[in-house]
Amino acid sequence: MRIACPYCGERDAHEFTVRGEARAGTLESDPGREFARVYERANPAGPTREFWYHGAGCRSWLVVERDTRSHAILSVAYAKASQ
Amino acid sequence: MSLGINRLAKGGLIDRTKRIGFSFDGRQLAGYEGDTLASALVANHVKLVGRSFKYHRPRGLLGAGAEEPNGLVALGAGARTEANTKATLVELFEGLEATSQNRFPSLRLDLQAMNGLLSPFFAAGFYYKTFMWPRGFWERLYEPAIRRAAGLGRASTAPDPDRYEKANAFCDVLVIGGGPAGLIAAHDLGRGGARVILAEQDFVLGGRLLAERLTVGDAPGAAWAREVERELAAMPNVTILRRTAVFAAYDQGGFAAVESAAPDAGEGVARQTLWRIAARASILATGAVERPIVFGGNDRPGVMLASAVRSYVNRFGATPGWSVAILASSDDGWSTAADLGAAGVPVVAVIDRREEVGEAVKALAPRGTRLILGGEVVGSQMRRLALSAIDVLAKDGTRTRINADCLAMAGGWTPAAGLATHLGGKMHWSEKVGAPVATEAAPGMFIAGAAAGAFALRAALAGGAGAAREAATLLGLKAVAPEVPVASDEFGAAVPIRLPARKSRGPAFVDFQNDVTAKDIKLAVQEGFASPEHLKRYTTLGMATDQGRTSGVNGLALLAEATGHAMADLAPTTARPPDSPVAIGALAGPRRGRAFRSIRRISSHCWAEENGAVFGEAGLWLRPRWYARPGEADWLTTVTREVNAVRGAVGVCDVSTLGKIDVQGPDAGAFLDRVYVNTFSTLPAGKARYGVMLREDGIVFDDGVTARLGEDRYLVSTTTANAVRVMQHLEYCHQVLWPGLDVQMTSVTEAWGQYAIAGPRSREVAGALFGGGLDVSDAAFPALTAREVDLDGLGARLFRVSFSGELAYEVAVPANFGWQLFERILRAGEPFGIAPYGTEALGVLRIERGHVAGNEINGQTTAGDLGLGRMMSAKKDFVGKTLAQRPGLVAADRPVLVGVRPVEAQERISGGAHFLDMGARPSLENDLGHVTSVAFSPSLGAWIGLGLLRRGRERTGETVRAYDPVRGRDTAVKVVSPIFIPERGG
Ligand SMILES: [Zn+2]
Repeated sequence: MRIACPYCGERDAHEFTVRGEARAGTLESDPGREFARVYERANPAGPTREFWYHGAGCRSWLVVERDTRSHAILSVAYAKASQ
Repeated sequence: MSLGINRLAKGGLIDRTKRIGFSFDGRQLAGYEGDTLASALVANHVKLVGRSFKYHRPRGLLGAGAEEPNGLVALGAGARTEANTKATLVELFEGLEATSQNRFPSLRLDLQAMNGLLSPFFAAGFYYKTFMWPRGFWERLYEPAIRRAAGLGRASTAPDPDRYEKANAFCDVLVIGGGPAGLIAAHDLGRGGARVILAEQDFVLGGRLLAERLTVGDAPGAAWAREVERELAAMPNVTILRRTAVFAAYDQGGFAAVESAAPDAGEGVARQTLWRIAARASILATGAVERPIVFGGNDRPGVMLASAVRSYVNRFGATPGWSVAILASSDDGWSTAADLGAAGVPVVAVIDRREEVGEAVKALAPRGTRLILGGEVVGSQMRRLALSAIDVLAKDGTRTRINADCLAMAGGWTPAAGLATHLGGKMHWSEKVGAPVATEAAPGMFIAGAAAGAFALRAALAGGAGAAREAATLLGLKAVAPEVPVASDEFGAAVPIRLPARKSRGPAFVDFQNDVTAKDIKLAVQEGFASPEHLKRYTTLGMATDQGRTSGVNGLALLAEATGHAMADLAPTTARPPDSPVAIGALAGPRRGRAFRSIRRISSHCWAEENGAVFGEAGLWLRPRWYARPGEADWLTTVTREVNAVRGAVGVCDVSTLGKIDVQGPDAGAFLDRVYVNTFSTLPAGKARYGVMLREDGIVFDDGVTARLGEDRYLVSTTTANAVRVMQHLEYCHQVLWPGLDVQMTSVTEAWGQYAIAGPRSREVAGALFGGGLDVSDAAFPALTAREVDLDGLGARLFRVSFSGELAYEVAVPANFGWQLFERILRAGEPFGIAPYGTEALGVLRIERGHVAGNEINGQTTAGDLGLGRMMSAKKDFVGKTLAQRPGLVAADRPVLVGVRPVEAQERISGGAHFLDMGARPSLENDLGHVTSVAFSPSLGAWIGLGLLRRGRERTGETVRAYDPVRGRDTAVKVVSPIFIPERGG
């Protein structure tokens, strides 16, 4: 699998670490909302947005849009810009 | 040494001037350069090459290439033994030692061949039904016995002495397969300037062109292939990988391949190289596999695929027999007869299962050959463990026995397009091709030639050129007008699948490698395993290295017949990686033993090695666990001495391995306030503070001392093991949670060498180190001071931090000077008897002080559990704060940090021992927690421990059991404060 990092270019997936579904937002003080942010994942059969970390490259956190049925990567962007 | 009575006087792509000696089962034999092990065995009249998997039936070679299910041999001896190698893929080399497998005591006399007599009991599903009772007997009795009887070769248990490598490659187009379609595709793309990798499993390019008497343009096929190869080799943008099997296709154009070194590559060359190839597009030109014909006794040594017979005769100049019969359900059988005739090998009969065959086809058979149309082979005879005759049933019902030492089966072709389905593509039955074809390949993959069902040469060449054009268009590369040479063409190749003759005698094998017969398939259907995937699992059809190459389609046809389905209704089983066997050694590559992972060495590593250090691993670092001195009886003596040095005088410890993250920017303080439970923005510059981080779910993540070096600059330290994860976490917090904060960070772990000087005399050592140039007195340099200082012109850092409770300093210098600093500390400390101490002493010191470490920060504990709850600021928000308040994480009965001491002073406590109330039965319900860390405390002269005990703080002073059934200990322990000895100067 290969991911086109916007900073480094197309690189092997071994350089990256996936974190899970990219949920918008930041810390919540409401327990229910914080629980949802930390734990709830949509897990769709189809396009999904995920956080990936380019740890063996530029150390950018990325939002990678991936189709879970085909592993096709539809878009890659800096997480910073998506927030 | 025999050169082979079956070797033809001329012809083939072997060099008769270069003789190669080898052995098979201890017999000295010889072949020629250009031979495979299989062709050399054929030339030497070795008919029997192995015993079958379940029934131990005698077996000979069925194929001549990757499809071979029978000819699995062990290569080499001792540690170099490579089991289950296909003899058809082994390039012959001088001194090769091959041994047959799955026989005892010898190949010709195999005692377990009686399995064959008991074959009714070994039918599909028999194990499952018979060995179910009594339950416990399966693992202890039945399975080991069956595994001994059934099976393939044995791997060596000695370490593999060979070297393996890994390599990466990038290209525009990966062409998989160097037959006619692959060659023409690579050639067209290469001329257009594309970066091309051409991978071919064989050691010669050409594919079927090497085995057939076909022409391309004016040249024989093999000569054309050589010329194309010469041109490709001259193109700087084309890489040819011979002896390379592409075994898996991955997402976004990733492929894995394994390349074997040439047998004469010599010492020092990696035996195999695992390639990871990134290709923008790919062309799958992996050819096709001929199908055997299912009839009773079709597994006798000497019954062979017709295509294999042509390979041996045309490519290797070796004939599998001297009276060859042919059983055809396709025209290929007839061209086999023609090739044999041309080579001077007598053809005794051509039996075609079809009643009508064109005159042009019939004319291929050598004059005088007996022709039987609409006939069947219904049985076979064996003499001296090889085929001696076949029984033929004619259309009119008459039976004839025909003497033959070889039977060539031409059952039609199946595309070998397994790689096309690795990414979820499906195979569908094609009436036109007469086999399943891949209807959707992976993105960017084009299937060409026989792999796409274009079996005839002219069509294969056109397909290869077409695929090259499509790939070039996809990539926006220059398309080169294809030059499809005029090629000779075979006769129509598509044939209907024919089922086994009903009147045949003896087991009719479908899967030779797994000993699955036509009867097994019927049985599976009767018992309800009627879908292809169920059939595969119930009968093992198409498993192991065969992967259905020769058996898949015949199995499906039998299934279709038994269930009344059309072939089109049955989905073939899905091929998954690896497409061909890969040695574990190749996957591991150089990553074994000490090189399994990268290692990092501290700057005092060499000194430590020379001074008795025993190393342990932490976060890729090798850290000294202790420094044994001559005469010390055991590690406990050593560690106790090191601890006493710190408590009594002074010790030095290399702490360079702790993670160090430089955090800078106007918002650095605000940022750290949000990632730590406690506050850092209020920390004055020049000071350090202990901090605790939580995960988002409220569990403790990491701890360490963070110093403020300046107004906008902090130095975060992490535990050794968590350094990488903390860095990733901080980047996440910054980039994802709070991108608005003006802060930047970088890891400087390896940039600094850092040493802890601890003990009552540490101030004198620090003073001596700085030669009076720096006041390190308590007044000038109080506890938790962190300052950038000058050490003989070198920018250094000095911290007053302690992990041991003793007076302590940590000095850091750029890592290149780390070793010099360590030496200077040793010199400065010499008058005080300074002792280097390792991680074990460090552990004892911290346990005595009740400091938590990885054993307590175990991914399940909260700050409250660890007695750090009061550090959690109520005035600010931080990562993990909200979820740390969940009822389960603040419950009063959670196990919390306590200290424990044995009631009987000399008793030991075990790490991992479970807490139970005195007298309580050991059970999950009665479990109260466990001992997390233990140490022998020299200061107290007793074993002490830290642990997590339910309601532990309320139970101080009580006695509980520390129960360790693993080591057989059951110790009464007293619950005490986790701080065993007081702070003495920090
Ligand atoms: Zn990057």
